[in-house]
Amino acid sequence: MRWGVVIFPGSNDDRDTLRAIEQVVGDEALPLWHKDRTVHGVDCVVLPGGFSYGDYLRCGAIARFSPVMEAVSAHARAGGLVLGICNGFQILCEAGLLPGALVRNRGLRFLCDIVTVRVETSETPFTYGCKAGELLQLPIKHGEGCWVADDATVAALEAEHRIVLRYTDRLGRATAAANPNGSLANVAGLCNAERNVVGLMPHPEHAVERLTGSEDGLRLFRSARAWLGRAAAGARREPALVPGP
Amino acid sequence: MTARLQARVIVTPRRGILDPHGRAVLQSLHALGFTEVAEVRVGKYLEIGLRELGRDAAAERVRAMCEQLLANGVIEDFRIDIDEEPR
Amino acid sequence: MAIAGTAAIAAEQGLTAEEYERIRALLGREPSVEELGVFGVMWSEHCSYKSSRLFLRQLPTTGPQVVQGPGENAGAVDVGGGLAAVFKVESHNHPSFVEPFQGAATGVGGILRDVFTMGARPIAILDSIRFGTLDQPRTAYLVKGVVGGIAHYGNCVGVPTVGGELVFDPGYERNIIVNAFTIGLVPADRIVRARAAGPGNPVMYVGSRTGRDGIHGASLLASAALDASAPDKRPAVQVGDPFAEKLLLEACLALLRTDHVVAIQDMGAAGLTSSAIEMAGRGGAGIVLDLDRVPLREEGMTPYEILLSESQERMLLVARAGAEAAVAEIFARWDLEAVVIGQITGDGCFRARWHGNEVCALPVDALTTEAPVYRRPAHEPERLDEMQRLDLATVPIPADLGGTLLTMLESPNLCSREWVYRQYDQFVGGNTVLRPGGDAAVVRIEGTRRALALTLDCNQRYSQLDPYLGAVLSVVEAARNCVAVGARPLAVSDCLNYGNPERPEVMWEFQHGIAGIRDACLALETPVVSGNVSFYNETEGRNIPPTPAIAMVGLLEDLDQLLTPWWKNEGDVIVLLGRTREELGGSEYLAVVHGQVRGTPPWIDLEAERRLHQVVLTAARERLLRSAHDVGAGGLAVALAECAFGGVGLGVRVRLEEDVRVDAFLFGESQSRILVSLRRRHLRRFEEIARREGVPCTVLGEVRGHAIVIGDVINLPVDDLRERWRRALERSLGA
Repeated sequence: MRWGVVIFPGSNDDRDTLRAIEQVVGDEALPLWHKDRTVHGVDCVVLPGGFSYGDYLRCGAIARFSPVMEAVSAHARAGGLVLGICNGFQILCEAGLLPGALVRNRGLRFLCDIVTVRVETSETPFTYGCKAGELLQLPIKHGEGCWVADDATVAALEAEHRIVLRYTDRLGRATAAANPNGSLANVAGLCNAERNVVGLMPHPEHAVERLTGSEDGLRLFRSARAWLGRAAAGARREPALVPGP
Repeated sequence: MTARLQARVIVTPRRGILDPHGRAVLQSLHALGFTEVAEVRVGKYLEIGLRELGRDAAAERVRAMCEQLLANGVIEDFRIDIDEEPR
Repeated sequence: MAIAGTAAIAAEQGLTAEEYERIRALLGREPSVEELGVFGVMWSEHCSYKSSRLFLRQLPTTGPQVVQGPGENAGAVDVGGGLAAVFKVESHNHPSFVEPFQGAATGVGGILRDVFTMGARPIAILDSIRFGTLDQPRTAYLVKGVVGGIAHYGNCVGVPTVGGELVFDPGYERNIIVNAFTIGLVPADRIVRARAAGPGNPVMYVGSRTGRDGIHGASLLASAALDASAPDKRPAVQVGDPFAEKLLLEACLALLRTDHVVAIQDMGAAGLTSSAIEMAGRGGAGIVLDLDRVPLREEGMTPYEILLSESQERMLLVARAGAEAAVAEIFARWDLEAVVIGQITGDGCFRARWHGNEVCALPVDALTTEAPVYRRPAHEPERLDEMQRLDLATVPIPADLGGTLLTMLESPNLCSREWVYRQYDQFVGGNTVLRPGGDAAVVRIEGTRRALALTLDCNQRYSQLDPYLGAVLSVVEAARNCVAVGARPLAVSDCLNYGNPERPEVMWEFQHGIAGIRDACLALETPVVSGNVSFYNETEGRNIPPTPAIAMVGLLEDLDQLLTPWWKNEGDVIVLLGRTREELGGSEYLAVVHGQVRGTPPWIDLEAERRLHQVVLTAARERLLRSAHDVGAGGLAVALAECAFGGVGLGVRVRLEEDVRVDAFLFGESQSRILVSLRRRHLRRFEEIARREGVPCTVLGEVRGHAIVIGDVINLPVDDLRERWRRALERSLGA
């Protein structure tokens, strides 16, 4: 499987993402420069974490107009995989590839910690290898991670099982106390209608070794490999799984 | 000869969108004794100096700027005023 | 033709009458106003170290591990595998008191540039920040601003902030301390230095445009006319742009992988002037600058303003002749400007031109090596004698020692700093092995099994009571913190924060502080490879306590030897290395519980300390230990509790030692002590190692249950203690 990681001016986690994919997951990973108008035919494009354009105006507001984003959109329209991590998620929302928007954390402070998220559906390429209801430990580190949208959008996402990850406590309960930033419905990650574009605030690339805190991020990268392998084998997609309690 | 114009754009959070910044300011004002404050929303103010454009053309262009970049329609509203640039 | 200066302008530049005369004698003529501005900054305390240079020479700066000692933008040590760790700590105290957010942010920006200018990618930031007490209303505002500023800058640039210290002391009420440390890695043979060379080589300016940042608007030399309609004349506060810094960092690192650069230095305090002159000085070269070619962001700036602007995120470099276009191309990729603004000459002169007219022509030596060096008068502070007296008979032992432990754990200097470090990105880089909360931060050297241990420490109370011992103990504590995570201390960067050096008492404190650092660094074989002196931390006659902040870098040979403080398993034996004496002088306990700062700092035997380190490192190598924790501020009871606050929250059952007062046993700060836990079957071997080194080794008890049980005087549930310890800071800040 071939991955591409876009580098915008101000991206910070691109190097860690490339390294995680190459050295831990063992796949080929290419840097994709923001000024290039191609994604070089990779299977999955990753928009990494960081502060593209300094987060000026709004997080991701300027990056979405980068030349490379046209190719990313085309890739997504053609069914290619796209993973937006933190700032990447913000860029995908600004670009209209994912619904809603990310605004300032309710506590008004940048927050860095390892949190618990619950996998809500395994019907996405990045959660394909997980069980719905499963809990993962992933780091978050953001100041604008509060996901918001109008009621109709939230309802549609719930009905279509497009909420991919939710913040929970260690027992798997999606309580207010377990919500680090005020996101509606404790949303930590979601996907588009076609389920090939996923955005999430937590950082799987920082959770690929126990030594540095958690290995759970590997599940997301390896899921994509497995999903791609199965899709290539031409198997039929299973109906959406009912999310856990 | 057209005067240099300045557009003043005010971007505010949409009603109904969580505005934690506004709430924090509200609480601080109440703590200072300004209990008459019912609501605070915190937004952005931009001054955009324009070169040689007629007033109507300017209004249309600035509106496009807002729709494409300066405001995120999902979460923000905007208002535009256009004047001659102050000397 | 440059306008000639006057004595009034010289005084405004901070030059004394004697210094002004000296300048006229050196030049044999009247200096121009621009030249006075240049002398003013180059001969300032900050740039010339005139009050400290004589004494700094005493510090040990060499050793087999040293790749670069003091004199360049940062120091460097060999960390194995052909790699060098480049690091430095620097202060940004005064700007942070005025504007805490931007002051702290630009402090981080400055120190990052000092490291990446040498070709090293920064891999970690630490900060030592000190404020007045929390009962003062302004304190919370300053704390939030400084922490916010560090977070804003460090997070945006993408360097993890992994440690540091936060200290509250009434002595800092009017003068806060913000010391920022950063470390980066680079192949040792690719370190880039800042020695201008090669007459004819182009001098290039890269980065953000120049504005009036840091220029004093009220100066006689300000460019705007002084009339009713003139804009505000307050000094322009420097605003940092971490996004610009990130671009600059990537572009510089890409550039420094090529051979296009002869020398490079960031523009920090005293901006273009100090950058150009220091590079020329180190290389024995001359330099000429065309100030009208400097990219500006304000209109109507004068040559004086351009020379002295402290606009951020700018670098000055000397390129190889012919490489200008290649350099510009690298910066253009990152959307940064790179402009030729001058060249290197062979005449040893610093020249600045404005539209062809020379406004400065000064011998570089006059500005650097011939800057004044002062041996200011020093006199023992009168307060010391009285302050050092402490009669323990007048210190009552509290009846409720459990309550005392709780009070200590909730006190501002001992409670959890979680509120602070949760605002910092600790993960970027993917190599943070031990995050804030341990004795030292541990960051892996990428691609290897080795790691760096990083800590930044100073106990200002000890220094207040005894400036010599206090400095010794700051070095010792920093070294011991590295050892407690299994790392061998390698080298030091020191940030020496003191009051007004024109006061003999302060000068005495400084001299003794230097002597203390010297003796400790010699004994522990940790040379000082870089550092900074911040004088004039004084307001309305009140000086800060002597604050020699010590950044220690240690090397962990193999991550298998990593030690963390937290109890691991029920049944593990708890052992205390070292001896607990009956001493309470300068202790946190004496200050918090009895409201006193007096006595003499704890006894230290540097040889015994060194042997303690040997024991722990040997035991770590043999994988004998389950946990290790330095016993520092707050003493043994606090240390025992801290070990319970991580991991799975296991408690302890330990006995009291009878031969010292119970409060000295629980809260005394005797030095050279490390608390460890180990599997029972390793105890014998461990005791053997300790005996061989002559380090006292006492079995205190064992890891058991979920309460802190010490003799029959303390019995407190861990969960409750931990919650109160975790919440205390946030509550005190009204956050």
